[in-house]
Amino acid sequence: MTKTQLRRIPAYAFLSLAVFLSVFPLYFMAVSATNTSNEVVASKLLPGSHLVENFQTLVDSQPLWSALYHSSVNAILTTLLALILCSIAGYAFEIYHSRAKDAVMGILLLAIMIPFAATMIPLFRLFAQLGMVNSTFAVIVPLIATPFLILLFRQASRTFPHEIIEAARLDGLGEVSIFSRIYLPTMKPTLAAAGVITFLFSWNNFLWPKVILVDNAYQTLPMLLSNMRAGYVTDYGSLMLAVFIVSVPTMVVFLLLQRHFAEGVTGAIK
Amino acid sequence: MSAPTAPTEDRASSAPPDGTKQSPDRSKRVPLSAIARRRSLTGWAFIIPAAALIVLVNFWPMIQALFLSLQTGRGTRLTWAEPLWLNYQRLFEDETFRLTMSTTFIYLIVQVPIMLILAMVLANLLNAPWLRFKGFWRTAIFLPCAVGLVSYALVFRQIFATDGLANDLLIKFGLLDDNVNWLGQTGTARMVIILGLLWRWTGYNMIFFLAALQNIDRSTLEAARVDGANGFKTFWYVTMPQLKPIILLCAILSTNGTLQMFDESFNLTNGGPGNTTMTVSHYLYNVSFRNSPNFGYAAAISYAILIIVAVLAAIQMKVGDKRD
Repeated sequence: MTKTQLRRIPAYAFLSLAVFLSVFPLYFMAVSATNTSNEVVASKLLPGSHLVENFQTLVDSQPLWSALYHSSVNAILTTLLALILCSIAGYAFEIYHSRAKDAVMGILLLAIMIPFAATMIPLFRLFAQLGMVNSTFAVIVPLIATPFLILLFRQASRTFPHEIIEAARLDGLGEVSIFSRIYLPTMKPTLAAAGVITFLFSWNNFLWPKVILVDNAYQTLPMLLSNMRAGYVTDYGSLMLAVFIVSVPTMVVFLLLQRHFAEGVTGAIK
Repeated sequence: MSAPTAPTEDRASSAPPDGTKQSPDRSKRVPLSAIARRRSLTGWAFIIPAAALIVLVNFWPMIQALFLSLQTGRGTRLTWAEPLWLNYQRLFEDETFRLTMSTTFIYLIVQVPIMLILAMVLANLLNAPWLRFKGFWRTAIFLPCAVGLVSYALVFRQIFATDGLANDLLIKFGLLDDNVNWLGQTGTARMVIILGLLWRWTGYNMIFFLAALQNIDRSTLEAARVDGANGFKTFWYVTMPQLKPIILLCAILSTNGTLQMFDESFNLTNGGPGNTTMTVSHYLYNVSFRNSPNFGYAAAISYAILIIVAVLAAIQMKVGDKRD
């Protein structure tokens, strides 16, 4: 082994340690989902054979399907609406650029700095007055328009050639069609990044749903997990299985789209 | 006329209605024709739904919260406070507010620097040209970010339970003699929350740093090497200055996130023991929605958070902007 190669050993060792620490809690979660409550407490680190049993306990004791349904509806609606609203706004800020629009963008960006804590109570009161506590509408509305996503799409539009838009106009295409048929298909990496960010955020969002969904019949998956933790008797095997079930969709989405995600982030910070 | 590659300027002179808007020189004033005006309106129509919604769910409630913080009363029966700043006065006498605020600052001051340094080291390793299996390392270290906050809080709660995995492993390797009640003591419970935050967010920041590193102009690094700078000097004097904006962004986002941290405090330790691991946002939630809600006082707490976030961001921007 050469000297340079020797010098690289600490780097590989450090990365291995980082990977081990990153993955190990997830491994423990996955393994525990297949073990009995007693085995989880005894820190069994090998897969067991009680997956089906844990699942049965979980479904019998918790409204898993209902929470899964509500979480899915919330996350999918939020993602779709966020992609539509933010992509068209980000596109317009760049393509129909003007000083007034720049000023508006500057003001909207300030919203990134507003902590959710400062808006939570008035939002709750607003939806309470409108009689929309427990509604899907109230859960998703605060999440669908974010300055960050608009910024992401505006930055991505920077590299979009204006000549193409001009040509499309001369061919008689309307402004909406230019956006939806010519611009959007070229924005797949950005759409993927924005979609992943929004989906993960909505799926995992805890505080706002907990505030606005007063009735447990509408609870989402993170709320269900939190309620299981607060329960008097906890079956740790089925608790870890529940955590596993909640985490699988986000990990799959993430692994499938992470290449696009990295590209989107790179584009945004350029 | 439909030649797609015709430069904008040419068209502007030959057919004014088409070339008025998309001039690459933005400072140049161009007379608005009817078509250009209609396009500008189209632009506004595209922007307004998102912009109106952002105003409705961010700016409007923020102003409402300010008015609310000047009122007192339980539930929905609220009256103007006497004096108006009564709720803010109460903040200074509130022991729990002081405790939760200082706990939040401990998380901030301990966790954010460690996380950013770790993320920077990892990003630099992953950016090394000689490194093999880059995708594997990156994916594995970024993976915790795909897990929800409640989910990981419960896994950490399980691992650091008195009869949990951490104790079992530490005893097995002879590092501990007896079980430690990690979540039952202030110091260790706060440490577990910080470990959780590091686990969840280091990879996230690493991705931002990595993206920024890959955008650095290679020629500046070559120039430093030609001038005889070693690895660390190159990093410190050439790479770091170019990374400043992204470090600033990550620092501000992390500060913002820590001051709003709720899920971990609520699910990992439930604020205990004796409220000593509770974050200020968790306290805000309790004041707002536990027992008899006091929206006026809660709004004052939320404004304290807002002001601290703004002040810290301003300080960070000031420091980050300083020319060396």
